[in-house]
Amino acid sequence: MDTAIRAERLRKCYDKLCAVDDISFDVKTGSTCALLGANGAGKTTTLAMLLGLLTPTSGTITVMGVNMLQHRYDALPRMNYSSPYVDLPQRLSVRQNLKVYGRLYAVKHLKQRIAELTEQMELARFIDRPYRNMSSGQKTRVALAKALLNKPEVLLLDEPTASLDPDTADRIRSKLQDYQKQTGATILLASHNMPEVERLCDDVLIMRTGKIVDRGTPQQLITQYGRANLEEVFLDVARHRRREDHHA
Amino acid sequence: MTRSMMRIAAMILRYTYLLRSSWPRILELAYWPTVQMIMWGLITKFFMGHSTLVAQASGLLISAVLLWDVLFRSQLGVTLPFYEELYSRNLGHLFVSPLKPYELVLSLIGISVIRTLVGIIPAALLAIPLYHYSIFDLGLPLIAFFMNLLVMGWAMGIIIAGLVLKYGLGAESLAWVAVFAIAPISGIYYPIEILPGWAQGIAVALPSSHVFEGMRSVLLDNSFSTYHFLMAAGLNVVYIIIAMLIFLRIFQVARIQGLLLNIGE
Repeated sequence: MDTAIRAERLRKCYDKLCAVDDISFDVKTGSTCALLGANGAGKTTTLAMLLGLLTPTSGTITVMGVNMLQHRYDALPRMNYSSPYVDLPQRLSVRQNLKVYGRLYAVKHLKQRIAELTEQMELARFIDRPYRNMSSGQKTRVALAKALLNKPEVLLLDEPTASLDPDTADRIRSKLQDYQKQTGATILLASHNMPEVERLCDDVLIMRTGKIVDRGTPQQLITQYGRANLEEVFLDVARHRRREDHHA
Repeated sequence: MTRSMMRIAAMILRYTYLLRSSWPRILELAYWPTVQMIMWGLITKFFMGHSTLVAQASGLLISAVLLWDVLFRSQLGVTLPFYEELYSRNLGHLFVSPLKPYELVLSLIGISVIRTLVGIIPAALLAIPLYHYSIFDLGLPLIAFFMNLLVMGWAMGIIIAGLVLKYGLGAESLAWVAVFAIAPISGIYYPIEILPGWAQGIAVALPSSHVFEGMRSVLLDNSFSTYHFLMAAGLNVVYIIIAMLIFLRIFQVARIQGLLLNIGE
């Protein structure tokens, strides 16, 4: 299996503080990988560097074979991103937002694609309403629709089901799984929702204070830490408890 | 249409949607130039009987105020749509798309032209029945004046957008403050020769002062000053290049400092 995303010795430091400190990882093509970690662990910073929003202090990033530090515009049309921390234009309607972004990504048959996503993400009720008038859950669905507009080969998601009720979140996860099955896309997501990670991800990178401290499949990590689920593993890492402590 | 042009068109469409979404905004675009024109028209009427200069060229003040608004509206036309991206916290989405920074700037320039025309044309047309003065009678020189002020407004707007990207929305008042800082030395309503020597030195480096000198030359002497036109155009070429370079450099810094993700209301 090819590598879709490769980060080597990646660092991002502000003065003396390193938000991301010398991390290396790769994500296989067609897999779903999670970045786990407490607030401030460096997940969003890592995603921002992969997308070219943030210039690393040092290190290299390759996405689909493209050196992102030198030629990111070769890869960006084949990628997309969604985050609750970045909004869409507030005064535009959902449809207008999707039209604008569809054109930015040069999406072919845009009208048809917007109709598909309207159905998939259940946006029909508010497709012509201004984005600012929507609930946070509705905004998350619109942001995901925007992220899928160009049928990205690499999809980076920051907390993709934040603010969604359990029922909608479950349906969105199914949509993401369906999308990946249909397209073979690679998904890298940062999440605090452990059941979501267990369900969606083949691979998990655990970050703490800017470093990757562990890695494996959800089941491998649960077994290694001697825990019942990934949430307990997360708490162990966040609270600096070592694996051996549980085996003792 | 190339991909780059499609992206620029997409962003102009985005700003057009924004404009269309609020009729008070459209009305406001034309409101201030119209109020200014009415006020200066009345002042002209008053001075017609008291000043030989105004009597000689009754359109002097109305032309000046309309052209001044071209500069102001053109600059606001770049900065205000850019502020909308910051208010919306939308820069992160824009710059993970294939949109390049210079394409964003070109789209801001595009919407600036639309906003300026929407703002100025009603005021210019209204001056005809109200004061029997048509700025369009300036003929071809009007195009030269208009273009030079438009480009100067773009240059100022691009630099202000860059500074706000760097220093945050705390610096947003620059959009309204900066242009008025150069008003006194632009010689809008009076020749720059009445300025103190040091101010004249600054004035000759401003495209706007050459435009207003050129405007007076047309209205008072009925002659088009090639010198002032070329000076304004040459200075504008230099300033627009500098403005683009400043914006692109600040964009690089913004990527280093993480400003594209964090900036917002």
